[in-house]
Amino acid sequence: MVDLALKECATSKPATRYMPGKLGTDRLFRSVSLTSAIAVLVMFAGIMVALIYGAWPAITAFGFSFLWTEIWNPVTQRFGAVAPIYGTLVTSLIAMLIAVPVGIGTAIFLTEICPRPLRRPIGIAVELLAGIPSIIYGIWGLFILAPFLQTYVMPPVIDAFSYVPVLSDLFAGPPYGIGIFTAGLILAIMILPFITAISRDVFLTVPAVLKEAAYGLGATTWEVEYNVVLPYARGGVVGGIMLALGRALGETMAVTFVIGNAHRISASLFAPGTTISAAIANEFTEAVGALYAPSLVLLGLILFFVTVIVLGSAQYMLHRLEKRAGGRS
Amino acid sequence: MNRRRYVRRRRRSNILMGLSVAATLFGLGWLAMILGALLYEGFSGLDIPVFTQSTPPPGAVGGLLNAIIGSLMMVFFAVVIGTPIGLMAGTWLGEYGRHGKLGFVVRFLNDILLSVPSIVLGLFIYDVMVLTMGHFSAWAGGVALAAIVIPVVVRTTENMLLLIPNTLREAAAALGAGHSIIIRQITWRAARAGIITGLLLAVARISGETAPLLFTALNNQFFSLDPNGPMASLPVAIFQMAMSPYADWHRMAWAGAVLITLTVLILSITARTVESRSEL
Repeated sequence: MVDLALKECATSKPATRYMPGKLGTDRLFRSVSLTSAIAVLVMFAGIMVALIYGAWPAITAFGFSFLWTEIWNPVTQRFGAVAPIYGTLVTSLIAMLIAVPVGIGTAIFLTEICPRPLRRPIGIAVELLAGIPSIIYGIWGLFILAPFLQTYVMPPVIDAFSYVPVLSDLFAGPPYGIGIFTAGLILAIMILPFITAISRDVFLTVPAVLKEAAYGLGATTWEVEYNVVLPYARGGVVGGIMLALGRALGETMAVTFVIGNAHRISASLFAPGTTISAAIANEFTEAVGALYAPSLVLLGLILFFVTVIVLGSAQYMLHRLEKRAGGRS
Repeated sequence: MNRRRYVRRRRRSNILMGLSVAATLFGLGWLAMILGALLYEGFSGLDIPVFTQSTPPPGAVGGLLNAIIGSLMMVFFAVVIGTPIGLMAGTWLGEYGRHGKLGFVVRFLNDILLSVPSIVLGLFIYDVMVLTMGHFSAWAGGVALAAIVIPVVVRTTENMLLLIPNTLREAAAALGAGHSIIIRQITWRAARAGIITGLLLAVARISGETAPLLFTALNNQFFSLDPNGPMASLPVAIFQMAMSPYADWHRMAWAGAVLITLTVLILSITARTVESRSEL
């Protein structure tokens, strides 16, 4: 409707006669806003081009072998991405394993069993915590969590599993306090409020009639959650989890403090490692030599592609959910 | 038989609901511990020199003044650069490009840019600005932060414009107002509270960002107001001090962390108040 009216207003002669200059402003305003929208596209393309350009020496020198080489040697200028990629994936996996069940559990608590007067305050607290900068989690991890794990958690765990076949490799000493596991735990704590907030918002979109009908049939609270709420909210929750995964993969400061920055793959989760973002943050300003900095930029390019794929599929799922919600209302 | 089954189902439900309570306590427990440690360690390090002096050599009395000023300056640059672009792009999405293909692509890529790792943005600005200018600068830091502000402002602006009822626009068009007048005088005004909320949230987000500043603005031990040279910022100063082996630098890192957290919390709470006061 409004488009029609506007087109009418833009084409009719009287408007030009009585309001001189207005059409010019309209056109100018439109093109300025269009330019800004295109600037967003240019920024996205610019990131890709700038990263490829910066990484070019490393791309030509190593090619695809960069992806499966474990060496990271600034002296001989040989670089490979396996260790940081491994670290990024494993820390994110640990984070998701902890944060997804806890986050969804908290969301169920907030929407089902929490006493009504407490719902808003806890909900607001969770949202505020989601906004706390990651460097705060980082320094807490370095000064408080890592020493605590080193003294009280890691030694007994290492002892307890020392004779169990697989677990003795996963939890092998010495207990540094910092390492892959600590980084994963901090990531989990960091994305927890995020997952909780999104899941709660999605659960709240479940129509009350559906739940009431299930309760009316005699379902227990858990059965309602498992058979009605979760299936209805699945798309949104998965989308939210993917968004959180995107964050965990690219998170820099929470990880850099506690990962140990060691370019090697250890079987033990308690050993120091590195992630893509931590390697860039730790080494980029000190990278000398023809291939060192380009290799780090190439790591950044890989991270960019991975997060774009993850976030893109998250958008796709959330978008589909929105469409469905729009269609039903 | 049936009754026994019912009891079993009830028990199962109670156990699982108990687990969800446990999950809540577990999650909130961690977060409470972080805030507790932050307040305890931070306030014990927060004293007058923190606000009046610059980074000291280890062992001497000093503060975070250079970092505080640097952060304020770069956040200001980012807002000044990012807001107009974000506002106009969001306006285009909400007013002109709602249904078109270009609108779809811009919206999709913008939502990805919202969560692209900020360290990648740092590398991007390093290649584009630091390499071409030949040196680190606060300008580059501000632009890197602006790259975070733009997607946030685009998203909130578009969301708010979509909430404005079309009848408002039609009424204005019927009175003979041109499209730009309608947007500037009707829809922007109606959406003002939401747009301001988005801007506050964007500022909250960038005031704690470290990664994009590491190799754009770098750091600076000395007080500097020169945007053409490297400049300290609170997050980078915290990073450097926390990674150092000196106990008094650690104390100052905690003090900086409390400052950042309070800033972010105040900004987000203000944003919520503005949002809830608006009539939409």
